[in-house]
Order: sequence, then structure tokens, then C-alpha cells
Amino acid sequence: MINIGPFHPLQEEAEFFQLYVDGERVVDVDVRISYNHRGIEKLDESKTFDQVPFVVERVCGICSASHPLAYVQAVEDIAHVQVPERALYLRTIVNELERIHSHLLWVGLAGHFLGYNTVFMWAWKYREPILDALEVATGSRVNYANCKIGGVRRDMTDEQLKEIDRLATESYGPVEMLTKAVIDDPVLHARLKNVGVLSKADARAYGATGPTGRGSGLPIDVRRDDPYAAYDRIDWQVHYEESGDVFAKAKVRLLETLEAVKIIQRAVRAIPGGEIDAKVQNIPPGEAVGHVEAPRGETFHYVRSDGSNYPVRHKVRAPSFNNIPTFKASCIGQEIADVAITLASVDPCYSCTERMCAAVDAESGRRMFDFAQLVKLSQEKTQRLRRQL
Amino acid sequence: MSEVAIPREVQVPLEGFVGEVLGALGDAVIGVERCDERRGFARIDPQRTVEVARRMLAMAGTRLATATGIDVRDGIDVLYHWCIEPQGVVVTLKVLAAGPEMTVDSIAPVVPAANWIEREMHDLLGANFRGHPDMRRLILDDSWPEGVYPLRKDFDQVRDRPPLPPAPPAPEEALP
Amino acid sequence: MAVKHWALKKSLWVYHVNTGACNNCDIEVLDLLTPRFDIERFGMILVGSPRHADVLAVTGTCTRQAMPRLQELYRQAAKPVVVLAIGSCAGAQGIFTEAYHMGSPVDETIRAVDPNAIIAYVPGCPPKPEAMIAAVVKAWDVIDTL
Repeated sequence: MINIGPFHPLQEEAEFFQLYVDGERVVDVDVRISYNHRGIEKLDESKTFDQVPFVVERVCGICSASHPLAYVQAVEDIAHVQVPERALYLRTIVNELERIHSHLLWVGLAGHFLGYNTVFMWAWKYREPILDALEVATGSRVNYANCKIGGVRRDMTDEQLKEIDRLATESYGPVEMLTKAVIDDPVLHARLKNVGVLSKADARAYGATGPTGRGSGLPIDVRRDDPYAAYDRIDWQVHYEESGDVFAKAKVRLLETLEAVKIIQRAVRAIPGGEIDAKVQNIPPGEAVGHVEAPRGETFHYVRSDGSNYPVRHKVRAPSFNNIPTFKASCIGQEIADVAITLASVDPCYSCTERMCAAVDAESGRRMFDFAQLVKLSQEKTQRLRRQL
Repeated sequence: MSEVAIPREVQVPLEGFVGEVLGALGDAVIGVERCDERRGFARIDPQRTVEVARRMLAMAGTRLATATGIDVRDGIDVLYHWCIEPQGVVVTLKVLAAGPEMTVDSIAPVVPAANWIEREMHDLLGANFRGHPDMRRLILDDSWPEGVYPLRKDFDQVRDRPPLPPAPPAPEEALP
Repeated sequence: MAVKHWALKKSLWVYHVNTGACNNCDIEVLDLLTPRFDIERFGMILVGSPRHADVLAVTGTCTRQAMPRLQELYRQAAKPVVVLAIGSCAGAQGIFTEAYHMGSPVDETIRAVDPNAIIAYVPGCPPKPEAMIAAVVKAWDVIDTL
């Protein structure tokens, strides 16, 4: 029996994620992103080049370190800046710490959507030491203000580096245990395999990146393909899976989290001494692009300069902009109980999903489920599968 | 109209892998501004936009990362940014949507990754993409008026803001 | 107010609204549920509907698109309700004040439908979870007197 929601005063309003259902299946998907649009690209045209990083780290809180880095890399290309080695390693450490905390956040949310609420508590508990490490590294749990054009703003002492290493290393054991538990759990296999499948061809045509792309067999990672920071100076590996389903994306994220710990450990050991800032004075006219591998995928920036103190144009493209549309390819034909986890597998910003997603009947337009109900359906499906197995 | 000019008739020599990629596009390329180990910037004949997009997508390891629209003196310059892996190269292909129509052919029917970004460039800059399968508002709110393009150089972000949306009407008391 | 006294009172129901933000504040709000901060031991719970909320935890700059929605949600909340404007964005639109897609700030937006709204501000970008808890405790004092 399908629950039909009460007549809702906001019914006519387009939700952030609007799903059209026919019976038990999704037939179409639409997304409105105007809720979060703030006008950052225009704002940046009125900021000086070195004010911009403070603005763009607030594009999205979970990919906070990736945006300033992509931006400064573009400007460093325009100005032909040679960033000091030590700064490259410091950038790497902060960005990998962010990857760990972002992926653990995702694991917690996915656990909640599937009805594994202890996973939510557990993943977010193990996130805390990583946020502590970021506070040691940059002075803040989130919003690091560490990047500047030409290097980084703050150095790290040997004690701080040791502390960061210790906190990251301590998270390895628990995350490894969770990874094994997820990969071996038959209920999760039943729940997530062949769910939300995104084909490799679709992934490429939509320009999907990050775990969304790598989960569909796309062997791409900006850190390896167009190396930046210290990624080509450290030994590490890219993880990807072929099946394109939610299980594959989850596995990629977990393995990347473990890999991130290794990268941090190696970076801490290999980091050279020296300057942290190339002390750039002037940005000449020109244009360039800068991209980095954020936890969600590729963050891509374009900057044009005319020699003044202000960017003429700054394009900011977060990874979710390319990944969210893949939802159309991976969600159509799915049963409603799988919608919450398929949407989560693309890892859109949490706030966007939580309050602003609804399923409406394709014919009548009547709102059928809000997001809380979709999550409940998902959790109930897990329960059913658990009883069957 | 913006004062930003686009460089014209630039031609740097084609070299290396980026040079091969641009070379494969033949005479659809009408100017090459940069061609080095990892980056290429070239201008495309606006009549050949869709053909170029098809060719780029057909090459091994390519994907459309995004596109940037810029308000320039002669119209809206549309920069399509293509990434190629595993070479780790970014090739930016520029197409001018010349004023006053500001119209080019949409590549979204060929490249799904262009769908949203062309909608965004339409919302914010007023560029028109002929043949786009779904040109609806994407990024500006429902109350934003048509014809006001905030990313244009003559739009002041504070002074030119349209009036804010009104509060919703007070609800009926009797709700089930 | 002593935490013990407060914990003996009924649970505080918190409804969270994001009006267009970077999510940092939202994640720190969620963090309050997790073992390190664990607001549930203080009797605070996040609820799924504004209708029975004691506290409306608002994050975000209040973009043009979010304005009517925020007003609608405020109306739905049973009165009395305390609005907690969490973060610099909810306080005064943070660094985005000049951006073109801003609606009116959260407090003005809410006062447009209720001039007597009770609004508490938690500054920070984002505020640390400890600051948020301190703010809710202060807000609880206010609710006490209503």
C-alpha cells in the first residue's frame, strides 16, 4: 500500500530533487539548484586575487579545500609561478585529510539511509579525530584558509606533523574494519549490487568524475592524470570498480579513505624543509584552468586576468554539477525504495538532499513521498532483505 | 557591452599531444592561442561547433569538464573545456556567440555533459543555444525576471538586483 | 542555567532549515548528534517537521529562492518558537552580502511575517559545535520564560 502524503502548501513548488514516479518505479527526475545559488562567480570579480580563496572555500563545506586549490593553481599558471616544494606537500596533507572526513561523512549518511544507524554514529565518531587533525593543521575544523597564490599561508611544525600523522594513522584500523564489514556483508550485497547502475558510457558522456565515475569503471583521477601538489612525488594508487552500481561507489570511497591515510603518512615523512610561499606580486594578463580531485570528483576552475588586481572572469565548477545529472541515467526505472541510496551514491551536498527532495506521481502531480519517507522506504527494504537472508 | 576583447587571428605552432588533438580538428580551428605540454586554447568556427564536439567525444579518453561563458565586446564567448585522460591534458575550445543574437548551436544533444552548463550560461549571460533539448531556467530563482543577465559586465551585483520575491500568502487555517 | 535543571524539562525539538549555504554549518549541526557532542543527552532531538519544533535552526544566507520557503516553514512552526540563526551567513549573509542572488537576511525575512519573532544568533563560519550547544542552552532560557 502506498502512503499518500497530506495535501501540502508547498506542493506547487519545485523541489530540489523532483522525482516522478509511476507506481513503484521512477520514470523521470528533475533538479533545481537555485536554492543554493549565491552568485559567487560575479562576487569574485569584485574581489582581489588574494581575497578570492576565502570566498571559494565557502562554495561547499565538504569540498572546502579543493576550491581554493583549483583556483590558485589556475592563477599560478597565468603568472608562471613555481610553488615551493614544502607548500606542495602541505597542500597535499590538508586535501587528503579532507578526503577522509568527507568520505566518512558519506559512509555515515549512507548507513543512515540504509537503516544501519550504528554505522552513522560510528563513522562520524571516527571523523572527529580527522577534524582535530585539520584543526591542528590549519586552525579550523572546516574552512581552512590554507591556500594562497604561490604557496600556503601557514607552515606546520614537526610536532604538528607528527600529531596529524598519529591521528590519521589511528583511523586506519577502524576504517579498514568497516571496509571489510561492508564488502563482506551479504545484506549490503543484496541491497546495493545492481542498484543505481551508471554505465561507463553514460558516466563519460555526462562528464562524471570522482567515485561516481570511478565506480563505473572510468580510470580517471586528476591527482594521477594531471598531477598537482605533491601527488606525483608520493607513491599511491587509484581505486576503481567496473560495475557502476552503488556498491561499487561505496567500495571506491572506502578504499580511497584508506589510501588517503597512506598518502598522509608518506607526505609527512617525505616533506622537505624550505619556503612555503613564492611571494607572488603581480598577476599578468592571461587565462588558465586549474583542477583538483576533490572527494566528490573533479573541481574545475577557469580564471582570466587582464593585469589588474581583480579577476575578469572566474568560473567555478564543483564536481556535483556533473555528477548529479547522472542521476537521470542511474535512477530511472529504479524502485522507489532505492531512490534515497542511489541519490546518496552520487554524494550531493547533504543539505540539498535532506530537505528538498520529493517524489510526485507522474500523472497526477500529487506529492507521494518526501525525503524522510523515501529514507524510511529504503530502511524498510534493508530490513526485508535481512529477514530473507 | 563589455570592454573585454578576444584575441584574434592568433596562431601558435601545433606541437606534442595537444597539437595532435587540435590538428585532428582540421580547419574547424580558426586560431590557436596556446599549445603546450598540458594545455591548449583554440578558437573554433561557430558554424562547426557540433561537428567539433562530436569529434572530441569520439577521441579516446575525452570528457567535457565544463564550459565558461564570458561577456566580451563582440558577444558571449563560450569556452568548452575538454579533459583528456590519461594524458592529463585540458583543451579549451572557444566559440563566439556573436551579438546581438548571441546564438550558437547547442552541443548538448551530442554531449549530455553540456546540458546543464549551457542552461547556466543562458540564465546568467543570455547566450542562446540553438537546439538545446531542455532550455529551462536552472540556476536563478523563480522570481528572477527574464532578460536580466547577472554575469554581464553592465550588471551591478548590488544596484541592479531585481525586487525580492514576496512572502507567500498566509495559510488557510483548516488543513487536514 | 544548570544543565541538570534543564535536562529535567521536556526534550527540545529542533527543526533544521538550510536557506542556501555551503553546508559547513549544517554538518556541524549534524555533528551535535554524534557521540562526541551527543546533544541527545541534553534532551535535544532533530525532528522531521517544523510543526512541533521548539527551535528552528536556520543556516544559510537566505537566497532569493529560499526566502518564501523559510517564511512558510516559520509559519508552520508551532508558536512559541525560537529561531536560531546559525553561522555568519544566517546572521548577516556572511561574505555573500553583495552577491546578486541574496534574498533579505534570515532575520529580516522572518520578521516580515512575524515582527515579534525571537531570534538568537550564533556567529562563526562555521560556529563550533560547542558554540551551538551554548546557544541552544541560552535559547532554552528564553523559551522557559514564554
